[in-house]
Amino acid sequence: MGNAAVNDFTIRVATVNGSGSQSSNLVLTNAIFRLGVPVAPKNVFPSNIEGLPTWYDIRATSRGYRCRARTIDVLVALNAATWVQDVASVSSGGSIVHESAYPVSDLTQRDDITYYPVPFNDLAKTHVKDGAMRKYLMNMIYVGVLAELLHIPEATIEAAIGAQFKSKPKAAAANLEAVRVGSTYAREHLPALENIAVEPMTGATDELFFIDGNRAAAIGSLMGGCTVSVWYPITPASSLCESFISLCEKYRVDPISGERKYAIVQAEDELAAIGMIIGAGWAGARSMTATSGPGISLMAEYVGYASFAEIPAVIFDVQRVGPSTGLPTRTMQGDVSFVYTLGHGDTKHPVLLPGTVEELYEDGMAALDLAERLQCPVFVLSDLDLGMNSWLTKPFSYPEKPFDRGKILGVEELTAQADWGRYRDVDGDGIPYRTLPGTEHPAAGYFTRGTGHDEEAKYSENPDVWLRNLNRLARKHDTARTLVPQPQCDDAGHAVGIVAYGSTHHAVVEARDLLRLAGLETDYLRVRALPLAAEVAEFIDRHETVYVVEQNRDGQLFGILRNELLPEQIARLRSVRHYNGVPIDASAIVEPLWESRNQLAHAGGARS
Amino acid sequence: MTASAQTLNIIGLARDVYKGSPTTLCAGCGHNSITNHLIKALYEYGVPPHRLAKMSGIGCSSKTPAYFVDRAHGFNGLHGRMPSAATGAKLANRELMVLGISGDGDTASIGLGQYCHMIRRNVDITYIVENNGVYGLTKGQFSATADVGSTLKHGGTNAYTTIDVCGLAIELGATFVARSFSGDGKQLVPLLEAAFAHRGTAILDVISPCVTFNDHEGSTKSYAYVKEHDVLLNAPDFIHAGEEIVVDYEPGTVQDVALDDGSHLLLRKLDRDYDATDRLGALRTIHESRTRGEVVTGLLFVSGDEPDLCEREHMPARPLHEFGEVELRLDRATFAKIAGGA
Repeated sequence: MGNAAVNDFTIRVATVNGSGSQSSNLVLTNAIFRLGVPVAPKNVFPSNIEGLPTWYDIRATSRGYRCRARTIDVLVALNAATWVQDVASVSSGGSIVHESAYPVSDLTQRDDITYYPVPFNDLAKTHVKDGAMRKYLMNMIYVGVLAELLHIPEATIEAAIGAQFKSKPKAAAANLEAVRVGSTYAREHLPALENIAVEPMTGATDELFFIDGNRAAAIGSLMGGCTVSVWYPITPASSLCESFISLCEKYRVDPISGERKYAIVQAEDELAAIGMIIGAGWAGARSMTATSGPGISLMAEYVGYASFAEIPAVIFDVQRVGPSTGLPTRTMQGDVSFVYTLGHGDTKHPVLLPGTVEELYEDGMAALDLAERLQCPVFVLSDLDLGMNSWLTKPFSYPEKPFDRGKILGVEELTAQADWGRYRDVDGDGIPYRTLPGTEHPAAGYFTRGTGHDEEAKYSENPDVWLRNLNRLARKHDTARTLVPQPQCDDAGHAVGIVAYGSTHHAVVEARDLLRLAGLETDYLRVRALPLAAEVAEFIDRHETVYVVEQNRDGQLFGILRNELLPEQIARLRSVRHYNGVPIDASAIVEPLWESRNQLAHAGGARS
Repeated sequence: MTASAQTLNIIGLARDVYKGSPTTLCAGCGHNSITNHLIKALYEYGVPPHRLAKMSGIGCSSKTPAYFVDRAHGFNGLHGRMPSAATGAKLANRELMVLGISGDGDTASIGLGQYCHMIRRNVDITYIVENNGVYGLTKGQFSATADVGSTLKHGGTNAYTTIDVCGLAIELGATFVARSFSGDGKQLVPLLEAAFAHRGTAILDVISPCVTFNDHEGSTKSYAYVKEHDVLLNAPDFIHAGEEIVVDYEPGTVQDVALDDGSHLLLRKLDRDYDATDRLGALRTIHESRTRGEVVTGLLFVSGDEPDLCEREHMPARPLHEFGEVELRLDRATFAKIAGGA
């Protein structure tokens, strides 16, 4: 075990979609976590119910990195269709646990790999009597094989199985039985695993728990007081609303009367989903929808309306790969520039850019406050990686602040001051006052419209009125700049800076460590929202070169920066982009950054 | 009657309270008549202005919410997308009386999807289609309610099947469907009041001639055509909750429709024996009369048995915005169970 990578490795499990491998993958992930080792699992799955290939990468990382690693140390090969490409994906020195019936010859014969053939099919046929369960339990056999090879105690596996099949003790027993089949076989037939090892750790996972971003966002919506949610099913956003449904059903239904303190509707399309939450926001309810790129395309019309008519609404965009239907089950930061200015005419929206599941929870709450404070749609940009993968995180903080309902005039305020105008800028921050339908006061009513309107909400085509209104909306956008989550900055005065946002954060963290080891220190600013805070430009001013890292082809944040910065600031920017649909890893940042440093050195422009 | 009883309604408001801004539609437009009938119906029914939510889409029809009940909140939304906004508003605040004003293009062309789904959800709304078979604001193109063979003012004959918004609504399970004519206030006002009283989606298809683009020979939505081909199924009479039914009718000549708020709609049967609670019969009548080129008006169908969206969703009576942190947030111990730390 002398050269084994201890607690720092990736196991790739290659299976067929629909074979029930998810439970096995989660049990193995959880077992490693139970030994105190931080784990970052990534599910790379197809847009398919059954039959297409799927991969699950379990990354153990003693330093607690959360991003994907490019090196594959151990492959568990259980998909004949991808056998050749899976063998090729393993890093030199790696190990392959595979169905022994798969041929090891020609393309699949590698000298730099150790093979661990296991007759999974035969073992399943012999030991799993229940034919219907066989295909599922076969996956548990691989867990047993790996547990034995990695010396994970059976009690730890048993505990992980117990957690996975909490309410089904019978299923837990059957799964444990299958694990034992695998571990027994490995003990009796397989040589020791040389290249990786697991050793119990302390202090690295204290208090941490697993959660996916979609559920974290749903908890944020719940704690933020969202009462109306309308959605149309779409990968990878569906589980956000489904999580919200299950939370509401559990916690917001009166046990005696059955009365619900919420409304959730599955709409006929995204046009209706956005329409309903805007109608609800207009009538005073905190409302939310969740969708992905194709749904955002359909929502453009009502989002533009709500921005101009000034109606609160929260839209989660769990980004997937576009253009068009694209890759529905792969990840991208592809909607940043699209949602920022979604709508025709001069339209700009606040866009929150959470980078962790914890921030998704916090932004889920903050977005509801901001939507009411600013009276406009607020986007929360998540992505498939953040939304659908399980992430280790520390416990979420209980909210200490009350809801911010913004500038609402009730009966009392109207009685004191009946002369009000829906779109007057009384406070100079561009944010007007509103009343809610149902307010019992003769002065409460006003006419909401997407057409040109004056301060009193009356129809107007007057050029001066139009100009005043557009300028006030720009003023409001500037107010938003100071109210949205502010950048996270780690600046120690180095010459090179990195700017990133969203789930790219985790690869930046590891990339900075790798660069430091190689002798290049970097500073880092993580953009947390649009419109950009003043601090972003200040950070760029302080650095000679700033690498803007993101997961799209065209450098969308880079484009927004170019629009909003001065020419001398723009000259310092370099764009680093990753866009193959698989979550970004550290080398996708380190490699282009080195290349760029070398080019700059040759040009005589860089100070190291 | 005393003088004050003439000028104030049952909730003590003057008729002027139900007025709005002056119309900007063409003189003689059917929509203006509908607005006047609406003002009368809202006044007579005694709708509290603060509880009224006036919703509309885009088009000539959708401008009309500005022309009545100035005090109420109005929402002039997007083309064909008013039903979704109205649904959201009703979910957010069940106390609102939601009144949707749409047109034939807004409902049957661009908005057909939302129209259908509003009906299948039985959203509690009075939904008026101001139906003139033509696009006015864009100057005279056919809409999907134009009859086969009807002609445009500046040439062109409609070759495509008409979408009958009443027949469609009944097929989709609508619980209140009526057709009327902008020129027949005697029929329309009691139908409107009954629609306000109905819990669930109430569809009122009101033929409303466009004097500028669709009032010519060859149109089936012109004043002349409708007057000539209007076949009244029943003559409605609205009786407020608690009001005594004093009119004496011969047995078998009147259908008494009990409405959800305790009021009644008395339907005096006219030229045929029509049962407004027979869904299939209503569909047959609509279909046959259309084939004959007739415009059947009156209460076509009503059913009071279906729960509306808010009932189905077990919504509270209170507006959702009244719930605060205490009602909506989890306590610390419960929170810790789902958010780590427990």
